[in-house]
Amino acid sequence: MRVQEKIIEGLLWLSAAITVLVTASIIWVLLSESVQFFSEVSIVRFLTEKEWTPLFAEKKFGIMPLVAGTFLTTAIAIAVALPIGLTIAIYLNEYAHARFKTFIKPLLEVLATIPTVVYGFFALTVVTPFLQSFIPGLAGFNALSAGIVMGVMIIPMISSLSEDAISAVPRSLREAAYGMGSTRLQTAFGVMVPAASSGILVSVILAISRAVGETMIVAIAAGQQPRLTLNPLVPIETITTYIVQVSMGDVPHGSLEYRTIFAAGMTLFVFTFLLNNLSFWIKKKYQEKYD
Amino acid sequence: MTKKQSKLEASNLDAFYGDFQALKNINIAMEEKAVTAFIGPSGCGKSTFLRTLNRMNDYIDGFRIQGQIQLDGRDIYAADVRVDELRKEVGMVFQKPNPFPKTIYENVVYGLKIQGIKDKKLLQETCEKSLQQAALWNEVKDKLDKSALALSGGQQQRLCIARALAIQPSVILMDEPASALDPISTAKIEDLIHELKKDYTIVIVTHNMQQAGRVSDHTAFFYMGELVEHAKTKTMFTSPKDTRTQNYITGRFG
Repeated sequence: MRVQEKIIEGLLWLSAAITVLVTASIIWVLLSESVQFFSEVSIVRFLTEKEWTPLFAEKKFGIMPLVAGTFLTTAIAIAVALPIGLTIAIYLNEYAHARFKTFIKPLLEVLATIPTVVYGFFALTVVTPFLQSFIPGLAGFNALSAGIVMGVMIIPMISSLSEDAISAVPRSLREAAYGMGSTRLQTAFGVMVPAASSGILVSVILAISRAVGETMIVAIAAGQQPRLTLNPLVPIETITTYIVQVSMGDVPHGSLEYRTIFAAGMTLFVFTFLLNNLSFWIKKKYQEKYD
Repeated sequence: MTKKQSKLEASNLDAFYGDFQALKNINIAMEEKAVTAFIGPSGCGKSTFLRTLNRMNDYIDGFRIQGQIQLDGRDIYAADVRVDELRKEVGMVFQKPNPFPKTIYENVVYGLKIQGIKDKKLLQETCEKSLQQAALWNEVKDKLDKSALALSGGQQQRLCIARALAIQPSVILMDEPASALDPISTAKIEDLIHELKKDYTIVIVTHNMQQAGRVSDHTAFFYMGELVEHAKTKTMFTSPKDTRTQNYITGRFG
């Protein structure tokens, strides 16, 4: 019996150890390849040059155009997903019947299970032509429709996590608000949303982190032209798209061009790592504050 | 009690949670500027009845009522009554202190702010007056900008009373307001109720019969969804008419 327990304990430890090991090796590969990259291209050049053309004859290694592309699509996605997601969360919590809520919530989460490649083609073949019908200057590949569709994809992330946060606010606070003569709208925005703000913030940060790492939609619909711009109407390239482009191309293994994807990957990793830690920190700091 | 003095009046009131009938044919009139206490064992319907008086049960799925409740002679369940307006007239204090996670000042003026009042001077004056009425001013006047959650349970409950007073209701409903508090805080709340009944009609639900005896002018005894007896508190406690009342107040059940 005791031996069995030991074996089971060992297996559990092993599975935890494997996860940590895999993460550590990914970081190790990223780090070691990036260190080699930065021994040839200085970090200052990497951060300050305004062009990213490692695959051209005249090579420039400024990451900023890719960061700008990532920032732009992410900002558009959040601008779409936050108001809609939060509205859904408030509606489900304050207005919807319990039965309707149990029916609609899983349905919403279906949005998150659609393969991103489908979203990508939807952006390229439906959203872009539709937007072009009233935005004349819109290019065939652009950040706008990729960002909007990405926003639709992350709506359930925000609505679901925010809804959890709002429904975790003690019922007594809602009753206090109603008891003072608040309307439902006043209760929702004056009491429930502020009380759930840390949870809502966490949902937004996780959604940003998801949008920053999103690859397929932008690869298909946003074009592959690194460009230092915040104009949503023209083709751009994000960090993730660049990595795809190089990984699938015929860049020789071990060359400087090849190592650029690790530098780009490192940048991406730093962003998502910071965002996830920020959300973790907020969650820990404000947890159960309103008990 | 003559009919003219009654502030709140329920007639032939039935209430249901789905198929379960929680209140059966309640008829009662509550006197203006007096304290009416509801007593009875758990699940007897006293809290349900209290919460029908400001329509707090409206949001519970499957809850419905039959019959009438009148406030100053007006049916509060009539189609043209706005619940948010009704609740400004009929304030409520809950069992567990439930201040908003905001500052003390913001808690007290919340009800005024949602009515669109922005006049700083008026808000500050009302804040001071309400806190004084709730016998809390001296304890918090130097920390109005501090979080209400930093106050003790008893202080939080008096803050909730101040918050209810700030919107100048005419009726205050109290749902076991002292059950989560220590004896000293309880005594303070009871003193407060004595003061408040000069200006307000108070309806209080309590589990504690001594408390009902100390604070109320009238007592209503509920049992299994029925209003068994309603009389002057002194009469009720000295010579109850119904044997169920007698058994309950002498501690034979409940």
